[in-house]
Amino acid sequence: MTIALPAAPAQAPRRQILVATAIASASAFMLIIGMAAMWLKFRAGAPTRDSSDGLKIIKDWMPAGITIPEVAANVMLITFPVGALMAQWAAYSAKRNDAPHRSLGLAICFIVGLAIVNAQVAVYAQMDIGLADGQFQTMFYAITGTMLLLVVGGMAFSLVAFFRSVGGRDNDVDVVNAHAFYWYFLTAAFAVVWFVVYVQK
Amino acid sequence: MTNIDTHVGASTHAQGAGSALVVSVGQWITSSDHKKIGRLFIGTSLLSALLAAVLGVLFGLERVSPAHMQIFNGDATPQLFSLYQFALVFGVLAPLFVGIAIAVVPTQLGARAVAFPRVAQFGFWAWLFGALMVDVSIIGNGGPGGGATDLVDLYLLGVALAAVGLLAGSLCVATSVLTARAPGMTLDRIPAFSWSALVGSIATLLSLPVMIGTIIYVYVDHTHAQLVFGGNKGINSFLGWSLSQPMTFVFVIMALGVLAEVAPVTARTEQPLRPIVLAGLAIISTAVLGAVTQSAHILDWAGTNTDKVKSVLLHSLFNGLPLLGILIVVLVSLMCLKVGTPRITASFALSLLGALMIIVGVLGNGLYNLKAASLDGTVFSEGTVLYLVYGGLLSALGALSHWAPLLWARAIDNTKLLGLALIGLLGTILASFPLYIAGFADQPANTVMGFDYDGPVALWNVLTGVGHALIVLTVLGFVALLIDALRNGASVSQEASA
Repeated sequence: MTIALPAAPAQAPRRQILVATAIASASAFMLIIGMAAMWLKFRAGAPTRDSSDGLKIIKDWMPAGITIPEVAANVMLITFPVGALMAQWAAYSAKRNDAPHRSLGLAICFIVGLAIVNAQVAVYAQMDIGLADGQFQTMFYAITGTMLLLVVGGMAFSLVAFFRSVGGRDNDVDVVNAHAFYWYFLTAAFAVVWFVVYVQK
Repeated sequence: MTNIDTHVGASTHAQGAGSALVVSVGQWITSSDHKKIGRLFIGTSLLSALLAAVLGVLFGLERVSPAHMQIFNGDATPQLFSLYQFALVFGVLAPLFVGIAIAVVPTQLGARAVAFPRVAQFGFWAWLFGALMVDVSIIGNGGPGGGATDLVDLYLLGVALAAVGLLAGSLCVATSVLTARAPGMTLDRIPAFSWSALVGSIATLLSLPVMIGTIIYVYVDHTHAQLVFGGNKGINSFLGWSLSQPMTFVFVIMALGVLAEVAPVTARTEQPLRPIVLAGLAIISTAVLGAVTQSAHILDWAGTNTDKVKSVLLHSLFNGLPLLGILIVVLVSLMCLKVGTPRITASFALSLLGALMIIVGVLGNGLYNLKAASLDGTVFSEGTVLYLVYGGLLSALGALSHWAPLLWARAIDNTKLLGLALIGLLGTILASFPLYIAGFADQPANTVMGFDYDGPVALWNVLTGVGHALIVLTVLGFVALLIDALRNGASVSQEASA
């Protein structure tokens, strides 16, 4: 028999925002994984040539003269877990109804996001490459730009959760947990981008 | 005391029926009622089905004499093919089932509304505007291979926006099933359609972002460098996979859920092998593997024995597993009829015929990926897509007739709908099967002229055109029956759909 139940009274949602954030994060992770796979496919298909001394085979993927600022990239890699840690601290505080620390954790998350955006801009500035200069450059901007947008999304999430926290939403545990989950996702996604784009190049 | 009362009667007469219409339209546009959002998805998907089928008729007629053009001009043809494929997959198959799920799933779960109704509403409008952007760009010579560069950018944005809309709808459906069930309704107790909606939505949520990632690369390259992805001409080679198999398998999961739901009702019994049905529906979701890797894998019976085993295993993984899941669902659903006391219902006929057409499509795809068959680049693939999309459409019409009392508080005439099911079946077979035959005769895909082969070229293409015309008739007939039920039918309680 088909079950067509009559409308029930409103139920307390069961961690609806956390579940939706988890699904959306998995979806966004597939976006990054897909883009990284495409990057690796083009990298593998790049033409090769012998080095001038004939001892090595060089893959013509990243053009000569481009240097990836590894310090800024590595600092970003370290900064993401800091953001996740702060988000988890906010979740821990929310569970214990500790409003000041909850708000502080969320605010720090936003600032960490700003730091990451700053580091990414520093990477762009130091590399000084044009978007239309070649296939490496185009794909570099596409994948890192997408990652940057996801970080900006995380910052917006932090800001909304922060204002809700400051506004006295003491029962916002679900939102703060979802926020922490999103920062864990950002950390994992950037780890993929870091390894594929900044390490493997 | 300030009195701000208005003269109700006077104002009502003054504003008249036009005002009521504006209010009604406004309510539909801004509504967060899950049934309204679902019906918006369903209605626009049926319109899209008409567009796709009319294009199919025109392509069939144009291919009758491939020596010269009669209806289209040369530049427009590849772009109209893109529109045709987009309308079939992203205009009909995917949104139709997302809409049905948004409308039906919350009621099956005993929830008051879908999770995040505003997100679902955003999903509909994003999908609709994305689809309209695709239409506008192709009309303005901006489709894949088109000459209007700015409109090609619009095309890419349109496809991405439509995908984002479908993702938003799928997110709401999956979250509803996971979090908004009535107390005591554990996941293994949810109705089969809700289970298929969960599996299908998650499969969509995991596969469509890969397409969006590709679009981001193509868009950035197209707007700035045009070095990597081949400019306007290269779009289909990077995005074409999202409009064909195995991506389409992901979108038919809910079609099988409809059969699993309707069969026990038809048999007037409970499904004795329910866990197996749920497992079968889950197995179909292995199609995600093929979708995200953008590969159906060709079976090449060459090389060493190890090569052969490797090739067979991969082919089975990408093509065989979804087929296995579909066969399990269909066979176990049919076993219900043996256990119970079945009666013929149009909803069952439509969902069963739809599922059978989907099986033919999946089998065809397996055949298409045999290297020995040499079908690559032929119209065989178009036949496969048509079997899947029109099979899905038949299942969706079955679902709509089954849940009509729930959605519109009316029952649709069973006898007339049975006749329509037969027309739909004939239309699906005629639209698709001649393309299978023409594929073996090496009729090239995505072109309407410049080909010839031994055999009745005109016959196969006329039959295809007739098939599409019958699909137009089926959709229009269904809408007519629904309108008739709404205008003249007696009100039916929601429980009547049980």
